[in-house]
Amino acid sequence: MLSEKDRRLLKLISEDCRLKPEELSVQTGLSPEYITKRIKDWENEKVIVGYQPMINWDRTGDEKVSALIEVKVLPQRGYGFDKIAKRLQKYPEIKALFLMSGGYDLSLLIEGKTMQDVALFVAEKLAPLEHVQSTATHFVLRRYKQDGIELMGEEETLQRLVVSP
Amino acid sequence: MNNYLATHVATLPPSGIRKFFDLVATMKDVISLGVGEPDFVTPWTVRESGIFSLEEGQTMYTSNAGLFELRDELSHHLNKTLNLSYDPHHEILITSGASEAVDLVMRAVLGPGDVVLVPDPSYVSYAPCAILAGASVNYVPTYAKENFRLRVEDLARAYTPKAKLLVLSYPNNPTGAIMNREDLLPIADFVNEHDLLVLADDIYSDLTYDETHVSFASLPGMRDRTLFVSGFSKSYAMTGWRIGYVAGHADLVQGMTKIHQYTMLCAPIMGQFAAIEALRSANEAKNDMVTAYDRRRRLMVHGFRQMGLDCFEPLGAFYVFPDISKTKLSSEEFAEQLLIEEQVAVVPGTAFGPSGEGHIRCSYAYSMEQLQEALKRISHFVERRLTNL
Repeated sequence: MLSEKDRRLLKLISEDCRLKPEELSVQTGLSPEYITKRIKDWENEKVIVGYQPMINWDRTGDEKVSALIEVKVLPQRGYGFDKIAKRLQKYPEIKALFLMSGGYDLSLLIEGKTMQDVALFVAEKLAPLEHVQSTATHFVLRRYKQDGIELMGEEETLQRLVVSP
Repeated sequence: MNNYLATHVATLPPSGIRKFFDLVATMKDVISLGVGEPDFVTPWTVRESGIFSLEEGQTMYTSNAGLFELRDELSHHLNKTLNLSYDPHHEILITSGASEAVDLVMRAVLGPGDVVLVPDPSYVSYAPCAILAGASVNYVPTYAKENFRLRVEDLARAYTPKAKLLVLSYPNNPTGAIMNREDLLPIADFVNEHDLLVLADDIYSDLTYDETHVSFASLPGMRDRTLFVSGFSKSYAMTGWRIGYVAGHADLVQGMTKIHQYTMLCAPIMGQFAAIEALRSANEAKNDMVTAYDRRRRLMVHGFRQMGLDCFEPLGAFYVFPDISKTKLSSEEFAEQLLIEEQVAVVPGTAFGPSGEGHIRCSYAYSMEQLQEALKRISHFVERRLTNL
Protein backbone atom coordinates (compact mmCIF):
# COMPACT_ATOMS: atom_id res chain seq x y z
CA MET A 1 0.00 0.00 0.00
CA LEU A 2 1.18 3.51 -0.82
CA SER A 3 1.41 6.05 1.95
CA GLU A 4 -0.64 9.19 1.46
CA LYS A 5 2.41 11.33 0.66
CA ASP A 6 3.72 8.76 -1.83
CA ARG A 7 0.32 8.52 -3.47
CA ARG A 8 0.28 12.29 -3.93
CA LEU A 9 3.81 12.29 -5.29
CA LEU A 10 3.07 9.52 -7.77
CA LYS A 11 -0.12 11.24 -8.88
CA LEU A 12 1.78 14.47 -9.44
CA ILE A 13 4.38 12.65 -11.56
CA SER A 14 1.63 10.88 -13.49
CA GLU A 15 0.14 14.26 -14.38
CA ASP A 16 3.43 15.88 -15.39
CA CYS A 17 6.58 13.79 -15.51
CA ARG A 18 8.67 16.78 -16.60
CA LEU A 19 8.75 18.21 -13.07
CA LYS A 20 12.26 18.06 -11.62
CA PRO A 21 12.81 16.76 -8.06
CA GLU A 22 13.45 20.36 -6.89
CA GLU A 23 10.09 21.52 -8.29
CA LEU A 24 8.31 18.48 -6.87
CA SER A 25 9.92 19.28 -3.54
CA VAL A 26 8.57 22.85 -3.49
CA GLN A 27 5.09 21.68 -4.39
CA THR A 28 4.87 18.77 -1.96
CA GLY A 29 7.06 19.79 0.97
CA LEU A 30 9.04 16.50 0.60
CA SER A 31 12.83 16.74 0.36
CA PRO A 32 14.43 16.48 -3.11
CA GLU A 33 16.58 13.58 -1.82
CA TYR A 34 13.50 11.62 -0.74
CA ILE A 35 11.80 12.29 -4.06
CA THR A 36 14.84 11.23 -6.12
CA LYS A 37 15.19 8.02 -4.14
CA ARG A 38 11.52 7.20 -4.28
CA ILE A 39 11.39 7.67 -8.05
CA LYS A 40 14.45 5.42 -8.47
CA ASP A 41 12.75 2.76 -6.31
CA TRP A 42 9.57 2.97 -8.33
CA GLU A 43 11.52 2.62 -11.55
CA ASN A 44 13.30 -0.46 -10.20
CA GLU A 45 10.06 -1.95 -8.92
CA LYS A 46 8.44 -1.29 -12.33
CA VAL A 47 5.85 0.91 -10.71
CA ILE A 48 7.00 3.64 -13.06
CA VAL A 49 7.36 1.86 -16.39
CA GLY A 50 8.06 4.76 -18.73
CA TYR A 51 7.84 8.47 -19.43
CA GLN A 52 5.89 9.44 -22.53
CA PRO A 53 4.16 12.60 -23.68
CA MET A 54 0.51 12.20 -24.68
CA ILE A 55 0.26 12.93 -28.37
CA ASN A 56 -2.86 13.47 -30.37
CA TRP A 57 -1.64 12.04 -33.67
CA ASP A 58 -4.89 13.01 -35.36
CA ARG A 59 -3.69 16.62 -35.26
CA THR A 60 -0.34 15.92 -36.93
CA GLY A 61 -1.77 15.07 -40.34
CA ASP A 62 0.06 11.73 -40.25
CA GLU A 63 -2.07 8.77 -41.27
CA LYS A 64 -2.64 6.37 -38.42
CA VAL A 65 -5.30 3.75 -37.95
CA SER A 66 -6.33 2.09 -34.71
CA ALA A 67 -8.57 -0.86 -34.07
CA LEU A 68 -9.90 -2.67 -31.05
CA ILE A 69 -9.89 -6.41 -31.61
CA GLU A 70 -11.89 -8.91 -29.63
CA VAL A 71 -10.22 -12.30 -29.55
CA LYS A 72 -11.62 -15.61 -28.39
CA VAL A 73 -8.92 -17.98 -27.26
CA LEU A 74 -8.81 -21.57 -26.03
CA PRO A 75 -7.11 -21.44 -22.63
CA GLN A 76 -4.18 -23.80 -22.26
CA ARG A 77 -3.87 -26.33 -19.49
CA GLY A 78 -1.49 -25.06 -16.82
CA TYR A 79 -1.14 -21.61 -18.37
CA GLY A 80 -4.66 -20.23 -18.82
CA PHE A 81 -4.38 -17.24 -21.12
CA ASP A 82 -0.93 -16.14 -19.99
CA LYS A 83 1.08 -18.13 -22.52
CA ILE A 84 -0.65 -16.69 -25.57
CA ALA A 85 -0.71 -13.21 -23.99
CA LYS A 86 3.04 -13.39 -23.52
CA ARG A 87 3.45 -14.16 -27.20
CA LEU A 88 1.05 -11.50 -28.35
CA GLN A 89 2.60 -8.70 -26.28
CA LYS A 90 5.82 -9.04 -28.27
CA TYR A 91 4.17 -7.70 -31.43
CA PRO A 92 4.97 -3.98 -31.71
CA GLU A 93 1.68 -3.44 -33.56
CA ILE A 94 -0.21 -4.32 -30.38
CA LYS A 95 -0.28 -1.21 -28.20
CA ALA A 96 -2.47 -2.57 -25.44
CA LEU A 97 -3.58 -6.04 -24.43
CA PHE A 98 -6.13 -7.00 -21.81
CA LEU A 99 -7.77 -10.18 -20.54
CA MET A 100 -11.50 -9.49 -20.36
CA SER A 101 -14.53 -10.83 -18.60
CA GLY A 102 -17.65 -11.39 -20.68
CA GLY A 103 -18.26 -12.47 -24.26
CA TYR A 104 -14.63 -12.76 -25.40
CA ASP A 105 -11.23 -13.29 -23.83
CA LEU A 106 -8.56 -10.89 -25.01
CA SER A 107 -8.92 -7.30 -26.10
CA LEU A 108 -6.19 -5.78 -28.25
CA LEU A 109 -5.54 -2.25 -29.33
CA ILE A 110 -3.72 -2.28 -32.63
CA GLU A 111 -2.14 0.61 -34.49
CA GLY A 112 -1.06 0.66 -38.10
CA LYS A 113 -0.48 3.16 -40.88
CA THR A 114 -3.48 2.03 -42.94
CA MET A 115 -6.56 -0.16 -42.57
CA GLN A 116 -4.78 -2.57 -44.87
CA ASP A 117 -1.91 -2.88 -42.38
CA VAL A 118 -4.29 -3.73 -39.57
CA ALA A 119 -6.31 -6.17 -41.69
CA LEU A 120 -3.12 -7.94 -42.78
CA PHE A 121 -1.89 -8.21 -39.22
CA VAL A 122 -5.13 -9.81 -38.14
CA ALA A 123 -5.33 -12.15 -41.11
CA GLU A 124 -1.68 -13.19 -41.22
CA LYS A 125 -0.40 -12.93 -37.66
CA LEU A 126 -3.27 -13.04 -35.22
CA ALA A 127 -6.00 -15.28 -36.61
CA PRO A 128 -3.74 -18.19 -37.61
CA LEU A 129 -2.20 -18.47 -34.13
CA GLU A 130 -2.79 -21.77 -32.45
CA HIS A 131 -5.56 -21.52 -29.79
CA VAL A 132 -7.07 -18.38 -31.37
CA GLN A 133 -10.65 -19.32 -32.15
CA SER A 134 -12.06 -16.14 -33.60
CA THR A 135 -11.42 -12.42 -33.95
CA ALA A 136 -13.68 -9.36 -34.41
CA THR A 137 -12.05 -6.12 -35.55
CA HIS A 138 -13.52 -2.71 -34.69
CA PHE A 139 -11.84 0.27 -36.31
CA VAL A 140 -11.62 3.52 -34.39
CA LEU A 141 -13.35 6.29 -36.35
CA ARG A 142 -12.61 9.22 -34.09
CA ARG A 143 -10.96 9.85 -30.75
CA TYR A 144 -12.86 12.06 -28.32
CA LYS A 145 -10.99 11.40 -25.12
CA GLN A 146 -7.82 9.55 -24.31
CA ASP A 147 -5.93 8.95 -21.05
CA GLY A 148 -8.30 11.33 -19.28
CA ILE A 149 -7.68 14.16 -21.75
CA GLU A 150 -10.55 15.61 -23.77
CA LEU A 151 -9.37 15.82 -27.36
CA MET A 152 -12.13 17.75 -29.04
CA GLY A 153 -14.18 20.83 -28.46
CA GLU A 154 -13.28 24.22 -27.16
CA GLU A 155 -11.31 24.50 -23.97
CA GLU A 156 -13.47 25.95 -21.22
CA THR A 157 -12.14 29.46 -20.76
CA LEU A 158 -12.80 31.10 -17.44
CA GLN A 159 -14.33 34.53 -17.59
CA ARG A 160 -13.54 35.57 -14.06
CA LEU A 161 -13.48 39.11 -12.80
CA VAL A 162 -9.91 40.39 -12.60
CA VAL A 163 -10.27 41.34 -8.95
CA SER A 164 -12.94 40.04 -6.58
CA PRO A 165 -13.23 39.90 -2.79
CA MET B 1 -28.63 62.59 -7.49
CA ASN B 2 -26.32 61.74 -4.59
CA ASN B 3 -28.39 63.85 -2.25
CA TYR B 4 -31.22 61.35 -2.64
CA LEU B 5 -29.13 58.55 -1.17
CA ALA B 6 -29.82 57.69 2.44
CA THR B 7 -27.07 59.09 4.64
CA HIS B 8 -25.90 55.71 5.90
CA VAL B 9 -25.54 54.52 2.28
CA ALA B 10 -23.91 57.70 1.01
CA THR B 11 -21.33 57.53 3.77
CA LEU B 12 -20.64 53.83 3.34
CA PRO B 13 -17.07 53.62 1.97
CA PRO B 14 -16.74 51.76 -1.36
CA SER B 15 -14.91 48.45 -1.21
CA GLY B 16 -11.13 48.88 -1.40
CA ILE B 17 -11.16 46.03 -3.87
CA ARG B 18 -13.54 47.86 -6.17
CA LYS B 19 -11.20 50.85 -6.39
CA PHE B 20 -8.39 48.60 -7.45
CA PHE B 21 -10.57 46.72 -9.90
CA ASP B 22 -11.28 49.93 -11.79
CA LEU B 23 -7.56 50.59 -12.18
CA VAL B 24 -6.80 47.05 -13.37
CA ALA B 25 -9.64 47.22 -15.91
CA THR B 26 -7.81 49.98 -17.80
CA MET B 27 -4.65 47.89 -18.34
CA LYS B 28 -3.59 45.21 -20.81
CA ASP B 29 -1.77 41.85 -20.40
CA VAL B 30 -2.23 41.87 -16.67
CA ILE B 31 -1.66 38.69 -14.69
CA SER B 32 -4.13 39.01 -11.89
CA LEU B 33 -3.70 37.33 -8.53
CA GLY B 34 -6.66 39.33 -7.32
CA VAL B 35 -9.45 36.86 -7.77
CA GLY B 36 -11.27 35.43 -4.77
CA GLU B 37 -12.83 32.48 -6.54
CA PRO B 38 -11.65 29.05 -7.69
CA ASP B 39 -10.09 28.69 -11.15
CA PHE B 40 -11.83 25.36 -11.57
CA VAL B 41 -15.09 24.94 -13.41
CA THR B 42 -17.83 23.32 -11.31
CA PRO B 43 -17.35 19.51 -11.43
CA TRP B 44 -19.19 18.04 -14.41
CA THR B 45 -21.53 15.83 -12.43
CA VAL B 46 -22.77 18.95 -10.59
CA ARG B 47 -23.21 20.98 -13.78
CA GLU B 48 -24.99 18.03 -15.36
CA SER B 49 -27.52 17.81 -12.56
CA GLY B 50 -28.22 21.55 -12.90
CA ILE B 51 -28.85 21.02 -16.61
CA PHE B 52 -31.04 18.01 -15.88
CA SER B 53 -33.15 20.02 -13.45
CA LEU B 54 -33.82 22.52 -16.25
CA GLU B 55 -34.73 19.73 -18.66
CA GLU B 56 -37.21 18.47 -16.12
CA GLY B 57 -38.80 21.89 -15.98
CA GLN B 58 -37.67 22.67 -12.42
CA THR B 59 -37.90 26.42 -12.86
CA MET B 60 -40.19 27.45 -9.99
CA TYR B 61 -39.72 29.00 -6.56
CA THR B 62 -38.76 26.60 -3.80
CA SER B 63 -39.93 26.93 -0.21
CA ASN B 64 -38.37 29.93 1.53
CA ALA B 65 -36.00 27.73 3.50
CA GLY B 66 -34.87 25.88 0.36
CA LEU B 67 -35.50 22.38 -0.98
CA PHE B 68 -35.95 20.00 1.93
CA GLU B 69 -33.84 17.40 0.12
CA LEU B 70 -30.92 19.83 0.16
CA ARG B 71 -31.37 20.80 3.80
CA ASP B 72 -31.61 17.14 4.75
CA GLU B 73 -28.48 16.26 2.79
CA LEU B 74 -26.68 19.23 4.36
CA SER B 75 -27.71 18.21 7.83
CA HIS B 76 -26.06 14.79 7.30
CA HIS B 77 -23.04 16.36 5.65
CA LEU B 78 -22.42 18.82 8.50
CA ASN B 79 -22.80 16.05 11.00
CA LYS B 80 -20.37 13.77 9.22
CA THR B 81 -17.72 16.36 8.36
CA LEU B 82 -17.81 18.90 11.20
CA ASN B 83 -19.63 17.07 13.97
CA LEU B 84 -22.49 19.60 13.92
CA SER B 85 -26.10 18.68 14.46
CA TYR B 86 -28.88 20.76 12.92
CA ASP B 87 -32.51 19.83 12.36
CA PRO B 88 -33.18 20.22 8.61
CA HIS B 89 -36.78 21.31 9.33
CA HIS B 90 -36.14 24.42 11.40
CA GLU B 91 -32.45 25.03 11.78
CA ILE B 92 -31.08 25.33 8.25
CA LEU B 93 -31.84 28.10 5.75
CA ILE B 94 -30.60 27.98 2.14
CA THR B 95 -29.50 31.43 0.95
CA SER B 96 -28.29 33.07 -2.23
CA GLY B 97 -24.64 32.56 -1.43
CA ALA B 98 -23.00 32.85 1.97
CA SER B 99 -22.99 36.63 1.39
CA GLU B 100 -26.75 36.76 1.82
CA ALA B 101 -26.42 34.63 4.94
CA VAL B 102 -23.94 37.14 6.42
CA ASP B 103 -26.37 39.97 5.71
CA LEU B 104 -29.31 38.02 7.19
CA VAL B 105 -27.44 37.25 10.40
CA MET B 106 -26.56 40.91 10.88
CA ARG B 107 -30.05 42.16 10.11
CA ALA B 108 -31.75 39.52 12.22
CA VAL B 109 -29.79 40.12 15.41
CA LEU B 110 -28.48 43.72 15.26
CA GLY B 111 -30.07 47.07 15.77
CA PRO B 112 -29.02 50.66 16.39
CA GLY B 113 -26.51 50.93 19.23
CA ASP B 114 -25.25 47.35 18.90
CA VAL B 115 -21.58 46.71 18.25
CA VAL B 116 -20.08 43.94 16.13
CA LEU B 117 -16.56 42.69 16.83
CA VAL B 118 -14.76 41.99 13.56
CA PRO B 119 -11.27 40.49 13.29
CA ASP B 120 -8.97 42.63 11.19
CA PRO B 121 -8.01 41.95 8.45
CA SER B 122 -10.99 40.00 7.16
CA TYR B 123 -13.43 39.71 4.31
CA VAL B 124 -14.80 43.03 3.10
CA SER B 125 -18.54 42.56 3.74
CA TYR B 126 -18.83 42.22 7.52
CA ALA B 127 -18.47 45.89 8.47
CA PRO B 128 -20.75 47.28 5.71
CA CYS B 129 -23.46 44.69 6.51
CA ALA B 130 -23.24 45.60 10.21
CA ILE B 131 -23.52 49.30 9.38
CA LEU B 132 -26.47 48.69 7.05
CA ALA B 133 -28.12 46.85 9.93
CA GLY B 134 -27.74 49.99 12.04
CA ALA B 135 -24.90 48.68 14.20
CA SER B 136 -21.30 49.83 14.45
CA VAL B 137 -18.04 47.92 14.26
CA ASN B 138 -15.08 47.47 16.57
CA TYR B 139 -12.11 45.90 14.81
CA VAL B 140 -10.03 43.31 16.62
CA PRO B 141 -6.52 43.44 15.19
CA THR B 142 -4.70 40.19 14.39
CA TYR B 143 -0.96 39.94 13.79
CA ALA B 144 1.42 38.07 11.52
CA LYS B 145 3.58 37.14 14.53
CA GLU B 146 0.53 35.35 15.98
CA ASN B 147 -0.17 33.67 12.63
CA PHE B 148 -3.15 36.01 12.26
CA ARG B 149 -5.14 34.07 14.85
CA LEU B 150 -7.62 35.96 16.96
CA ARG B 151 -6.27 36.29 20.51
CA VAL B 152 -8.58 36.65 23.45
CA GLU B 153 -6.45 39.55 24.85
CA ASP B 154 -7.06 41.59 21.72
CA LEU B 155 -10.71 40.63 21.75
CA ALA B 156 -11.01 41.84 25.35
CA ARG B 157 -9.39 45.16 24.38
CA ALA B 158 -11.89 45.74 21.56
CA TYR B 159 -14.85 44.63 23.65
CA THR B 160 -17.55 47.02 24.82
CA PRO B 161 -20.69 46.13 26.79
CA LYS B 162 -22.64 47.12 23.68
CA ALA B 163 -21.03 44.28 21.74
CA LYS B 164 -23.58 41.69 20.69
CA LEU B 165 -21.99 39.74 17.86
CA LEU B 166 -18.50 38.44 17.16
CA VAL B 167 -17.49 37.50 13.63
CA LEU B 168 -15.16 34.52 13.23
CA SER B 169 -14.01 33.80 9.71
CA TYR B 170 -11.47 30.99 9.66
CA PRO B 171 -9.90 29.84 7.41
CA ASN B 172 -9.48 33.54 6.83
CA ASN B 173 -9.71 35.60 3.70
CA PRO B 174 -7.25 37.41 3.15
CA THR B 175 -4.62 35.88 5.46
CA GLY B 176 -5.19 32.15 5.05
CA ALA B 177 -4.98 31.78 8.84
CA ILE B 178 -6.84 29.01 10.62
CA MET B 179 -7.84 28.58 14.27
CA ASN B 180 -7.57 25.13 15.80
CA ARG B 181 -9.40 23.84 18.85
CA GLU B 182 -6.86 25.22 21.34
CA ASP B 183 -7.05 28.64 19.72
CA LEU B 184 -10.85 28.64 19.79
CA LEU B 185 -11.48 27.46 23.36
CA PRO B 186 -10.50 30.73 25.11
CA ILE B 187 -12.64 32.61 22.59
CA ALA B 188 -15.57 30.36 23.48
CA ASP B 189 -15.07 31.14 27.20
CA PHE B 190 -15.03 34.85 26.41
CA VAL B 191 -18.19 34.55 24.30
CA ASN B 192 -19.94 32.72 27.11
CA GLU B 193 -18.83 35.13 29.77
CA HIS B 194 -19.97 38.18 27.80
CA ASP B 195 -23.14 36.63 26.40
CA LEU B 196 -22.17 37.17 22.77
CA LEU B 197 -23.51 35.65 19.59
CA VAL B 198 -21.03 34.45 16.97
CA LEU B 199 -21.26 34.62 13.22
CA ALA B 200 -18.97 31.78 12.14
CA ASP B 201 -18.22 32.22 8.47
CA ASP B 202 -16.89 28.78 7.61
CA ILE B 203 -17.02 29.22 3.83
CA TYR B 204 -13.41 27.98 3.44
CA SER B 205 -13.75 25.09 5.90
CA ASP B 206 -13.06 22.46 3.23
CA LEU B 207 -9.92 24.21 2.05
CA THR B 208 -7.44 23.45 4.81
CA TYR B 209 -3.97 21.97 4.52
CA ASP B 210 -2.27 19.75 7.09
CA GLU B 211 -5.03 20.29 9.68
CA THR B 212 -8.75 19.61 9.44
CA HIS B 213 -11.14 22.42 10.24
CA VAL B 214 -12.71 22.73 13.67
CA SER B 215 -16.00 24.58 13.62
CA PHE B 216 -16.63 27.02 16.46
CA ALA B 217 -20.21 25.75 16.66
CA SER B 218 -18.94 22.28 17.59
CA LEU B 219 -17.27 23.52 20.81
CA PRO B 220 -19.06 22.76 24.10
CA GLY B 221 -21.96 25.14 24.68
CA MET B 222 -21.38 27.11 21.48
CA ARG B 223 -23.95 25.55 19.18
CA ASP B 224 -26.84 27.81 20.15
CA ARG B 225 -24.66 30.93 20.34
CA THR B 226 -23.31 30.38 16.84
CA LEU B 227 -24.80 31.17 13.47
CA PHE B 228 -22.94 28.85 11.17
CA VAL B 229 -22.57 30.32 7.69
CA SER B 230 -21.14 28.49 4.71
CA GLY B 231 -21.82 27.70 1.09
CA PHE B 232 -20.85 25.80 -2.02
CA SER B 233 -18.85 28.50 -3.83
CA LYS B 234 -15.34 27.76 -2.61
CA SER B 235 -15.49 24.04 -1.82
CA TYR B 236 -17.14 22.95 -5.03
CA ALA B 237 -16.12 25.81 -7.35
CA MET B 238 -19.73 27.01 -7.59
CA THR B 239 -19.44 30.79 -7.11
CA GLY B 240 -21.86 31.72 -9.88
CA TRP B 241 -24.62 29.36 -8.71
CA ARG B 242 -25.17 31.48 -5.59
CA ILE B 243 -25.93 28.82 -3.03
CA GLY B 244 -25.03 29.30 0.61
CA TYR B 245 -26.68 28.54 3.90
CA VAL B 246 -26.94 29.44 7.54
CA ALA B 247 -27.59 27.03 10.38
CA GLY B 248 -28.27 27.74 14.03
CA HIS B 249 -30.85 27.80 16.80
CA ALA B 250 -34.39 27.53 15.37
CA ASP B 251 -35.51 30.88 16.82
CA LEU B 252 -32.68 32.74 15.12
CA VAL B 253 -33.02 30.86 11.85
CA GLN B 254 -36.75 31.54 11.79
CA GLY B 255 -36.00 35.25 12.28
CA MET B 256 -33.66 35.22 9.32
CA THR B 257 -36.16 33.25 7.26
CA LYS B 258 -38.65 36.10 7.75
CA ILE B 259 -36.24 38.62 6.21
CA HIS B 260 -35.25 36.17 3.49
CA GLN B 261 -38.89 35.50 2.52
CA TYR B 262 -39.57 39.19 2.02
CA THR B 263 -36.33 40.13 0.28
CA MET B 264 -35.05 37.07 -1.58
CA LEU B 265 -37.95 34.61 -1.44
CA CYS B 266 -35.68 31.67 -2.17
CA ALA B 267 -32.25 30.76 -3.51
CA PRO B 268 -32.11 29.82 -7.22
CA ILE B 269 -33.66 26.38 -7.70
CA MET B 270 -31.18 25.19 -10.34
CA GLY B 271 -28.34 25.89 -7.94
CA GLN B 272 -30.12 24.03 -5.18
CA PHE B 273 -30.43 20.90 -7.32
CA ALA B 274 -26.78 21.20 -8.30
CA ALA B 275 -25.81 21.60 -4.64
CA ILE B 276 -27.55 18.33 -3.73
CA GLU B 277 -25.47 16.57 -6.35
CA ALA B 278 -22.30 18.29 -5.08
CA LEU B 279 -22.85 16.87 -1.60
CA ARG B 280 -23.64 13.41 -2.94
CA SER B 281 -20.98 12.92 -5.59
CA ALA B 282 -18.43 15.68 -5.89
CA ASN B 283 -16.33 15.04 -2.83
CA GLU B 284 -13.54 13.36 -4.75
CA ALA B 285 -13.46 16.25 -7.21
CA LYS B 286 -13.32 18.58 -4.21
CA ASN B 287 -10.39 16.71 -2.72
CA ASP B 288 -8.53 16.89 -6.04
CA MET B 289 -8.99 20.66 -6.04
CA VAL B 290 -7.67 20.88 -2.48
CA THR B 291 -4.60 18.88 -3.51
CA ALA B 292 -4.02 21.25 -6.42
CA TYR B 293 -4.37 24.32 -4.17
CA ASP B 294 -1.93 22.81 -1.71
CA ARG B 295 0.77 22.48 -4.39
CA ARG B 296 0.27 26.07 -5.46
CA ARG B 297 0.23 27.27 -1.88
CA ARG B 298 3.64 25.76 -1.29
CA LEU B 299 4.94 27.25 -4.52
CA MET B 300 3.75 30.74 -3.53
CA VAL B 301 5.11 30.68 0.02
CA HIS B 302 8.45 29.38 -1.30
CA GLY B 303 8.44 32.04 -4.03
CA PHE B 304 7.90 34.97 -1.68
CA ARG B 305 10.44 33.71 0.85
CA GLN B 306 12.99 33.34 -1.97
CA MET B 307 12.50 37.04 -2.68
CA GLY B 308 13.57 37.78 0.88
CA LEU B 309 10.08 38.69 2.09
CA ASP B 310 8.49 37.31 5.23
CA CYS B 311 5.56 35.12 4.31
CA PHE B 312 3.44 33.49 6.97
CA GLU B 313 2.40 29.97 5.95
CA PRO B 314 -1.33 29.99 5.30
CA LEU B 315 -3.04 26.77 6.35
CA GLY B 316 -6.40 27.44 4.75
CA ALA B 317 -8.34 29.17 1.96
CA PHE B 318 -6.44 30.01 -1.26
CA TYR B 319 -4.52 33.17 -0.42
CA VAL B 320 -1.02 34.06 0.65
CA PHE B 321 -0.53 37.28 2.55
CA PRO B 322 3.17 38.15 2.36
CA ASP B 323 4.72 40.98 4.36
CA ILE B 324 6.01 43.63 1.94
CA SER B 325 7.08 46.20 4.54
CA LYS B 326 10.78 45.56 3.78
CA THR B 327 10.25 47.40 0.51
CA LYS B 328 9.30 50.53 2.51
CA LEU B 329 6.17 50.82 0.41
CA SER B 330 2.66 50.91 1.78
CA SER B 331 0.32 48.13 0.67
CA GLU B 332 -1.44 50.42 -1.76
CA GLU B 333 1.78 51.82 -3.19
CA PHE B 334 3.17 48.32 -3.62
CA ALA B 335 0.06 47.06 -5.39
CA GLU B 336 -0.20 50.11 -7.62
CA GLN B 337 3.47 50.26 -8.62
CA LEU B 338 3.60 46.48 -9.17
CA LEU B 339 0.63 46.74 -11.47
CA ILE B 340 2.10 49.59 -13.49
CA GLU B 341 5.66 48.25 -13.70
CA GLU B 342 5.10 44.50 -14.01
CA GLN B 343 1.43 44.17 -14.91
CA VAL B 344 0.66 41.92 -11.96
CA ALA B 345 -2.50 42.65 -9.99
CA VAL B 346 -2.55 41.86 -6.27
CA VAL B 347 -4.87 43.31 -3.65
CA PRO B 348 -3.49 45.69 -1.01
CA GLY B 349 -3.88 44.24 2.48
CA THR B 350 -5.58 47.42 3.63
CA ALA B 351 -8.61 46.57 1.46
CA PHE B 352 -9.40 44.08 4.25
CA GLY B 353 -8.93 46.41 7.19
CA PRO B 354 -6.22 48.61 8.74
CA SER B 355 -4.21 45.63 10.09
CA GLY B 356 -3.65 44.55 6.51
CA GLU B 357 -1.12 47.38 6.11
CA GLY B 358 2.29 46.08 5.09
CA HIS B 359 0.78 43.07 3.35
CA ILE B 360 -0.66 42.14 -0.02
CA ARG B 361 -3.18 39.43 -0.77
CA CYS B 362 -2.28 37.06 -3.58
CA SER B 363 -4.78 34.44 -4.60
CA TYR B 364 -3.33 31.15 -5.80
CA ALA B 365 -6.50 30.03 -7.53
CA TYR B 366 -4.56 30.12 -10.81
CA SER B 367 -2.69 27.65 -12.97
CA MET B 368 0.89 26.72 -12.05
CA GLU B 369 2.15 28.49 -15.18
CA GLN B 370 0.38 31.74 -14.32
CA LEU B 371 1.63 31.61 -10.75
CA GLN B 372 5.21 30.97 -11.85
CA GLU B 373 5.10 33.87 -14.29
CA ALA B 374 3.54 36.15 -11.67
CA LEU B 375 6.17 35.20 -9.09
CA LYS B 376 8.92 35.96 -11.63
CA ARG B 377 7.51 39.41 -12.28
CA ILE B 378 6.94 40.18 -8.61
CA SER B 379 10.48 39.10 -7.78
CA HIS B 380 11.89 41.54 -10.40
CA PHE B 381 9.86 44.30 -8.81
CA VAL B 382 10.86 43.43 -5.25
CA GLU B 383 14.52 43.11 -6.23
CA ARG B 384 14.50 46.63 -7.71
CA ARG B 385 12.84 48.02 -4.59
CA LEU B 386 15.16 46.26 -2.16
CA THR B 387 18.36 47.27 -4.01
CA ASN B 388 17.26 50.91 -4.26
CA LEU B 389 16.92 51.26 -0.52
